[in-house]
Amino acid sequence: MTDLTQLTVRDSLAGLRAGDFSSVELTRALLQRIDSLDPEIHAFLTLTPDSALAAAQAADDLRASRPADLPPLTGLPLAVKDVLCLKGVRTTCGSKILENFIPPFTATAVQRLVDAGVVPLGKTNTDEFAMGSSTENSAYGTSRNPWDISRVPGGSSGGSAAAVAARMTPAAFGTDTGGSVRQPCSFCGTTGIKPTYGRTSRYGLVAYGSSLDTVGMIARNVADVATLFQYMAGFDPLDATSVQLPVPDYTLPETDSLKGLRIGVPEEYFIEGIQPEVEKRVRSAIAQMEAQGATAVPIHLPHTEYALPVYYLIAPAEASANLARYDGIRFGPRLGEGEDLWHMFTETRGRLFGPEVKRRIMLGTYALSAGYYDAYYGKAQKVRTLIKRDFDLAFEEVDVIAAPVAPTTAFKFGQHTDDPLAMYLEDVFTLPANLAGVPGLAFPVGPDSKGMPVGMQLMGPHFCEDLLFQVGHAYQLATQWHERWPEVTNQA
Amino acid sequence: MKLTIEEVEHIAALARLELTEDEKQRYAEQLSDILDYAARLDELATDQIPPTASVLDMQLRLREDQSRPGLSQEEVLRNAADTQDKQFKVPPVFGGQE
Repeated sequence: MTDLTQLTVRDSLAGLRAGDFSSVELTRALLQRIDSLDPEIHAFLTLTPDSALAAAQAADDLRASRPADLPPLTGLPLAVKDVLCLKGVRTTCGSKILENFIPPFTATAVQRLVDAGVVPLGKTNTDEFAMGSSTENSAYGTSRNPWDISRVPGGSSGGSAAAVAARMTPAAFGTDTGGSVRQPCSFCGTTGIKPTYGRTSRYGLVAYGSSLDTVGMIARNVADVATLFQYMAGFDPLDATSVQLPVPDYTLPETDSLKGLRIGVPEEYFIEGIQPEVEKRVRSAIAQMEAQGATAVPIHLPHTEYALPVYYLIAPAEASANLARYDGIRFGPRLGEGEDLWHMFTETRGRLFGPEVKRRIMLGTYALSAGYYDAYYGKAQKVRTLIKRDFDLAFEEVDVIAAPVAPTTAFKFGQHTDDPLAMYLEDVFTLPANLAGVPGLAFPVGPDSKGMPVGMQLMGPHFCEDLLFQVGHAYQLATQWHERWPEVTNQA
Repeated sequence: MKLTIEEVEHIAALARLELTEDEKQRYAEQLSDILDYAARLDELATDQIPPTASVLDMQLRLREDQSRPGLSQEEVLRNAADTQDKQFKVPPVFGGQE
């Protein structure tokens, strides 16, 4: 019998439909693989085997009783990043301050897939409150890269990307505020979408940087991501920044032709300091797309270098406001209550937030404080306008922009933990898309000399996820890099 | 620029964070480095540039002012560290700093 854990989303759905296996069998196979491999990878923070098997059984019963009008994803197992609320299941955000938080509601993006029939397997590891690029900021230990367990899986959706790469789940939710879907996809060799800001609902996503946060999806290939994104996306009255636009049909044409496509190649993304093999792989992927009929056009996004300082003022400023709600009153453990309210606030927050979260709260508080607002936060918002204009101008010339996701492949544990700025530099190529609000699709384009995956991202105009999917799918029809998977064995 | 320990303490108080002496030292250095890095934004003339708060060109949406079901009191209180008589319970508001 086929090893069910090796199946993609589309093959899993086809097998379920054909009756080749049941959702219970598929779910059980994945749970067994998680049991065997997760002690090594640590992709999951919370597993829900009982409710997963119950949901799988319910899916199988539904299929048996009314096969005619089944929800489209009936019985498909999937993992959820632990910054997205799932009713009744512990949601920690990788933080001690939400150690025992059981949300009374489910995030809209997750609920939509649950309504479409998916079976949640559990919650995946993340840097605390999605602040980080390696999962080293999780209060519950790091996840490990399935390609090389001495290396980070990327972050903050590192647990989700590692789980997909290790074939513990066919797909997993991620979130992307500054690269947190795309960078772990690059490091783990998975495919993921960071949607246009406003395309997916933020309701039930624990807020980090509210003008930047997006909910995305990670899977093994573009077709799988598009299949799931179809049901996640769309307007939600519960999110005030959700956009009232129809969601197009993301069904992909089965052609590898890219004839007529104009691909912008921004010079500013091929800078000194980038790992030479990353540049080589990305450039050869662009050459491959040219061979499929596309035209590559050198372009400029002149304000790229300013994205990093802009992001690290705006995101912490928004975070400092969003994280003010963790006060030991409505959720989370409480410390220092022997004295008075002030000590309860400061001790609870001071001792239960981790170092990176406190660093960003401090930075954001400073950037917003009296006397510094105009110089830092106000200035950053103006430069954000310039970064957005760079993209607006570029998309008058080209259809999509192709660039590396990150300057390097996955780095070793501890390599950047003592130097916050060095860690922030890992995000240098992913931040601009968040600041401009444009969508980004990350996928593997071959290994470096050590066998670690290199990721490329395609960025497009607002709400053009469909175009990114078409281009990415055409590339994957012509190439096999997305079919390269790590051999993971339990060495523990 | 270099943040002083007093400035770090002031920011920490605004953010309601109790920091150890070691943390204050470390954040003074790290925040100074990051703010120095951020100062490169001053290379750009932005007097005529409007700020971007949201990337979307959208109007604020209003909903009908109608009551609708929400969470029960029990659900709302379930995650609280301390409750009494169906209310959140907190230590004394007055008596400490500020």
